[in-house]
Amino acid sequence: MEALHQLLGGFAEAATPVNLLFALLGVVLGTAVGVLPGIGPAMTVALLLPITYVLEPTAAFIMFAGIYYGGMYGGSTTSILLNTPGESSSIMTALEGNKMAKAGRGAAALGTAAIGSFVAGTIATLLLALVAPTVVGLAISIGPADYFALALLAFLAVATVLGASPLRGLASLCIGLFLGLVGTDLLTGQQRFNVGIPQLADGIDVVIVAVALFAVGEALHVASRLRHGPVEVMSSAGSFMTREDLRRSWKPWLRGTAFGFPFGALPAGGAEIPTFLSYATERRLTRHPDEFGHGAIEGVAGPEAANNAAAAGVLVPLLTLGLPTSATAAILLAAFQGYGIQPGPTLLTTESTLVWTLIASLFIGNTMLLVLNLPLVGIWVKLLKIPRPYLYAGILMFASLGSYAVNADPLDLVILLVLGVLGFAMRRFGWPVAPAVIGLILGPVAETNLRRALAISNGDLGTLVDSWFSRVVLLVALVVVVAPPLLKLTRRRQAAEAEAVAHR
Amino acid sequence: MSVVVGYVPSPEGRAALAQGVAEAKLRGTRLVVVNTSRGDALVDDRYLQGEPLAALRDELAGLDVVAELRQVQDGADVAEDLDRIATEEQAELVVIGLRRRSPVGKLILGSAASRILLTVGYPVMAVKA
Repeated sequence: MEALHQLLGGFAEAATPVNLLFALLGVVLGTAVGVLPGIGPAMTVALLLPITYVLEPTAAFIMFAGIYYGGMYGGSTTSILLNTPGESSSIMTALEGNKMAKAGRGAAALGTAAIGSFVAGTIATLLLALVAPTVVGLAISIGPADYFALALLAFLAVATVLGASPLRGLASLCIGLFLGLVGTDLLTGQQRFNVGIPQLADGIDVVIVAVALFAVGEALHVASRLRHGPVEVMSSAGSFMTREDLRRSWKPWLRGTAFGFPFGALPAGGAEIPTFLSYATERRLTRHPDEFGHGAIEGVAGPEAANNAAAAGVLVPLLTLGLPTSATAAILLAAFQGYGIQPGPTLLTTESTLVWTLIASLFIGNTMLLVLNLPLVGIWVKLLKIPRPYLYAGILMFASLGSYAVNADPLDLVILLVLGVLGFAMRRFGWPVAPAVIGLILGPVAETNLRRALAISNGDLGTLVDSWFSRVVLLVALVVVVAPPLLKLTRRRQAAEAEAVAHR
Repeated sequence: MSVVVGYVPSPEGRAALAQGVAEAKLRGTRLVVVNTSRGDALVDDRYLQGEPLAALRDELAGLDVVAELRQVQDGADVAEDLDRIATEEQAELVVIGLRRRSPVGKLILGSAASRILLTVGYPVMAVKA
């Protein structure tokens, strides 16, 4: 009840005209960047960070929340109409959604995606509001060693589970961790990896790294392969959802939510796995198996609900533990730090107005997205007609401006360019960017906790596995790393045996 | 020898195509229909794909002149593409469609038609939609 009461207080705060305006700005921006492939909410929030430091934190976070949710909605539009997933979490939507649009059922596909996102987003945000205080209650008692274990789990899960290759994920994570080391050691005051440049004593600003890896890297990547030709746009015309569609959609929506929220909330989060699981489940449970692969509405409804529920789920560890499990969450954590707010178990008590206003604005933003999205699909598609040179020139300008604005130091622009080239190389060679950003932002936090734990135990490493909590978490982390290669190995062996049998 | 038509799916493009067909008949030459995109935007609805493309091919096949559709997407400007193709096809005439543009519209988006008129090294016929 306490939570609901505070949530209502949050609504009162979020419903002021100015805050509503920021929510609207956020969802419009979020949908726009969600629609554009290659530009995601993480990049947008990173680009906006330096600009929003002049705002008060509540307004800024309301806008970021809108961008975060909006990105999820926007991704489904391009998946369905263009077969070009705007975000990695809408890849599954593209499978069935584009087939539906090809069959002249684009409007129904967009409808089930938008309403499903709304249903899932609302339920998951409600769950977030109910779960967060409980998790905080548990989290208050965890010590530095437990927190280090959690961070380790998040690192390994993000690096190995997201993206195609665990090795590349881990390498990308290491880049992030290394960049996080640059600067002054917080406990001893020693200088680390500053290569004799005094400006690096404060470390490399998170904003610059994030902008470089996301914005500059992406711009260079797009420039390197510009002539890829226009893709075919499906019409969003056709009849809207029929009663039959609704009947077939509501169960996948709920199941998608059930997959998305817990996966998002786990420190092994991200929205890719639950969307995949939801798609696989719908495919198995459907009464229309013949339609799958040819535009089954369940295959759009489930994954779309799952990715929005996961988006809300990701906020649970972020707001209660200060543990980001997706690139956008990591940038949000950086935003908290930029305002001098330390996310963690104490956040809900020290900044309770901010947190509850943020959660309330998620509800508001979600509703705005539902209203905004369906009638405006045509406008979102028009965005895709912008020639990419203009678009990316604008992004590069914002990136440089923002990076320079952080410290007004030309050196930052050099760092921006160097790391931008790194970001380009990572894309070129298929290294995921998200682990690097999470490593960079969570790395120093994890390090501080590790050293604090070791200081308490006088350097005894046993302290890391002293509590049951950390033991379980570390065990899960071990499984996350070891299980996928083992599974692959057994599967390969089975396949080889099957082949051997077949050849006999 | 041939007549080259710059085609986009719009009233201007239709007018140019109709005029091009008439010219090709009159001169007894081949008709080359050119449809281009710079390919730098993700979506370009002036570049024919899918059903409209098939419809245009059918239409060209049904004409009583020898007609060929060339789609180009090499990142070059429309004017450059037309000039190059006109050279390759030994064009007698290049036909394009025009429409009225507001001064602001001209300022924001460079007019492809005026570039074609000024830079293509063959006689250019401009048709109003």
